[in-house]
Amino acid sequence: MFFGSGVIKGMLVTLKAFAASYFRGPDKGGIFTVQYPEQRLAEKENFRNFPFLVYDKTPDNLRCVACDICAKECPPKCITIVREFDKDNKPLKRPAVFSIDHTVCMNCGICEEACPFDAIFMDHNFEIASTDRQGDLLLQKEALLKSNDYFNKIRPTDASAIDAKRAEAEAKKKAAEQAAAAKAAAAAAAPKLAAAAADKPAVPTEPPKTV
Amino acid sequence: MTTRTNSLKTTMQTSKNYEVRDPQSSIETQTLAINVGPQHPSTHGVFRMNVVLDGEVVTSLKPVMGYLHRNHEQIAENMSYAASMPYTDRLDYFNSMTNNFGWALTVEKLAAIDVPERVEYVRVIMAELTRLVNHVSAIGFLLNDLGAFFTPVLYAFREREKILDIFEEVSGSRMMCNYFRFGGLRRDVTPAVLEKIRGIVNKFPAFLDEFETLLTKNEILCMRCQNVGILPRDLAVNASITGPLLRASGVNYDIRKVDGYSVYNRFEFKVPLGPKGDVYDRYYVRILEMRESLKILDQALKGIPAGEIMAKKMLPFVKSPRNFKPPVGEAYGRVEGPKGELGFYVVSDGTAQPWRYHVRAPSFINLTILEDMCRGQKLADAIVILGSIDIVLGEVDR
Amino acid sequence: MEFMDQIFVNLKSTVLTLAGGFLPPWAVILLCAAISLGVIAVIGPVTMMYLTLIERKVLARMQNRIGPNRTGPWGLLQPLADGIKMLTKEDIVPKNADRIVHLVAPILIVIPALLVFAVIPFGKNMIPADLSVGVLYFLSISSTTTIAIFSASWASRNKYSLLGGMRAVAQMISYEIPMVLSVVPILLVTQSLSTGAIVRAQGAYGGWGWFVFTPWGFAAFITFFLCAVAECNRSPFDLPEAESEIVAGFHTEYSGMKFALFYMAEFMNAFTLSALAATLFLGGWQGPWLPSWAWFFIKTYALIFIMLWFRGTLPRFRVDQMMNLAWKFLLPLSLINILVAGFWHFANPPLAIGGSIAMLWASGWIFTRLNRDYTPEKRTYLFGE
Repeated sequence: MFFGSGVIKGMLVTLKAFAASYFRGPDKGGIFTVQYPEQRLAEKENFRNFPFLVYDKTPDNLRCVACDICAKECPPKCITIVREFDKDNKPLKRPAVFSIDHTVCMNCGICEEACPFDAIFMDHNFEIASTDRQGDLLLQKEALLKSNDYFNKIRPTDASAIDAKRAEAEAKKKAAEQAAAAKAAAAAAAPKLAAAAADKPAVPTEPPKTV
Repeated sequence: MTTRTNSLKTTMQTSKNYEVRDPQSSIETQTLAINVGPQHPSTHGVFRMNVVLDGEVVTSLKPVMGYLHRNHEQIAENMSYAASMPYTDRLDYFNSMTNNFGWALTVEKLAAIDVPERVEYVRVIMAELTRLVNHVSAIGFLLNDLGAFFTPVLYAFREREKILDIFEEVSGSRMMCNYFRFGGLRRDVTPAVLEKIRGIVNKFPAFLDEFETLLTKNEILCMRCQNVGILPRDLAVNASITGPLLRASGVNYDIRKVDGYSVYNRFEFKVPLGPKGDVYDRYYVRILEMRESLKILDQALKGIPAGEIMAKKMLPFVKSPRNFKPPVGEAYGRVEGPKGELGFYVVSDGTAQPWRYHVRAPSFINLTILEDMCRGQKLADAIVILGSIDIVLGEVDR
Repeated sequence: MEFMDQIFVNLKSTVLTLAGGFLPPWAVILLCAAISLGVIAVIGPVTMMYLTLIERKVLARMQNRIGPNRTGPWGLLQPLADGIKMLTKEDIVPKNADRIVHLVAPILIVIPALLVFAVIPFGKNMIPADLSVGVLYFLSISSTTTIAIFSASWASRNKYSLLGGMRAVAQMISYEIPMVLSVVPILLVTQSLSTGAIVRAQGAYGGWGWFVFTPWGFAAFITFFLCAVAECNRSPFDLPEAESEIVAGFHTEYSGMKFALFYMAEFMNAFTLSALAATLFLGGWQGPWLPSWAWFFIKTYALIFIMLWFRGTLPRFRVDQMMNLAWKFLLPLSLINILVAGFWHFANPPLAIGGSIAMLWASGWIFTRLNRDYTPEKRTYLFGE
């Protein structure tokens, strides 16, 4: 071929792209960019961003027990937890302070993995730009709290699996309590023991999924 | 500006292709010392080259690194093994999956963990997808250095985007994947994702053909790249260059073949070798490597078995990675990263933190050869040679 | 048709007739010049402003993007926004710069870019000044840009600027030569230096007698267009401002409106050189069906599109390769082309066509062979196991 034919062939490629940008769809060589604030890509369910704390039903009822495991596992150490104490200086199973520094957090998701109480999960909210570092980027407990419904909304697969697991655990706990109560009752009234134990624990209908 | 010294004169005469000026000339000229970087548009980050120019010809070039030093190794020595995993993402932020792979491989070697079959296959798939991402954008950026106004790089990014979507779907993050765990993976790959990967693998060759039509035979690209920045075979071996750079110089060395780590020895693929070792060979070897990667991906997608995604031995540490304490000893694990041999050296003293942790960063070691390739070339060539090495400053400076 | 064709001419003469009612004759002449000047002074910057938008849009489309679309419909207000931004930006002058030259250079570069509009035939009877030496005027005025660029680079006291300036001087002077020589066949054939006369000479076959359809015209057009691209420092000859190598070349140290003036000069040069190429080779305003000025703008913008297309596709030459292209390929080719034009003129038609194509093809092939160092090598890649 003559000198310059490679250039011409290359130019045909760009011309094709130019034409395709008017007549073709994004998957066929057309424009593939997204006009961000108006158009958005579908969020991937597994997408992880900064962590948040889950509560059940009411914000007082948060799952976190201030065990400090996530703070210890966190690679950049962006989580600060202070346990709450009651009037008698007895430790309570809830955090008084739970703060995450978004300027330090690197979205690795290790806190979510390590948490034994299913209390901390990675959020999908990525529009957190702010000029106020202390107020908006060093998040305190109140700002971190989000409901279980929200968790179910953004990550249905994970959330339902965890809910099922928790329901099962709850049921087991209840059963154990009932069994203990039954035992106590049995101890109290030794003769009629057999019938009371028939009270079976509620078995969850759905088997837990592996996550 | 510095006046020319004798030592410079000797270096110039020893180097090839150098147009020595007429010594009889009565015109007094000076060399020009310029700082390319750290705020230069095409040093791929905060990298600096102290270049001495004679006209447009580079007479000496000193790379200055370290502007992005973040204490990666020291940080890793002060935290648990698993907590280093997200930090390895940030080494070479284009290839977090391969970085994860290297670190996981090293610790698995240290603690003698057997990895389930499915995990190996997923790892290979992810590593090869990463190679596609890296090579395609490396070529794009090389063309940017050559002066093409972003067209190749945006075509490359269009394809990269599709692969990054896969990464986001499996790991949760597009670039900082943090997906591998010692003995397993963060989460399983769903069949839907595998189907998507298959779609990418099927469509990628068409894109590569188009990309090659745009570039491979382009006369300007050939003129700019052929016989520029030749890296001789011996020098490449002596300087312990690895990766596409080494193979472009004609050395048949690919750790996937040499070590056969993971399940690479089960796949049919070839190692492309360049005849000359110039910028053009580096460009074309990358194209060929992508085509080989596609072959591997095709076989891996066909052969992926069902099964566990976490080794039995490591199950207790899924919830408490901090408690993972490998036995006393040392291990060096290496993978064929897209940029070269990515090695992790780790010494364990039996505690939860590594006693010594070292990264053999391919970008860093490949960069040491820069001056030898650039001397006697034009300034414009020096930029292109730097681009053809394909560095990521996150990995160079660590 | 005739009405549309001459609408601007008639508009101007109407204004002048009206003004002639109450103005003395010398004032009418001044007014006539002022109208032309005013139109050019508006067309130049407006062309530049919208060329920036067109360039961004076209490049974006080639790269599968949309391009600017936030300011106004289809981003039509983007140039205004850019202009306001440029005007309000801080004007930074380096401490050691030669302040006066640093200030004068951007002004100096815009003046020739505006001056050359005077000889562009925008349509039938729509030439601001039909000089008898029009082409010569154009080429000589546009070549003074070199001085402005070099003074800008020298005054900035920046090494990158200096490198860019040196490249600019070498490149612009080198490409001037094949550019002028490629125009010579046209001058030989039309026997005139006037741009108006050159366009009129291409009116044969109902407006299709463009010189580009002859073998020598085609070769000259290619040469001229490549040189024009090099003259206005556009890709793939944008070495003086190669952003990947020497940051921004000669305008590294310019900011704000001064930088905008460089930009303006570059785009106006691109426009005027495309216009001249259209005038010389593509028949200027000649063409059937459409009004003459429409033809002129269509041809000019088609050439500008090719320039943008180059930018969207091609990597940059290296400085020595660029010089080689000028001196070892384009210059001998344009010399041969003068010979071919003479042959075409004096030989009989069948021999003229065959002979000139053969001569051009052979010389093109020979020059490519002689420049073998710069042609691509064939490579074979082995595979290791």
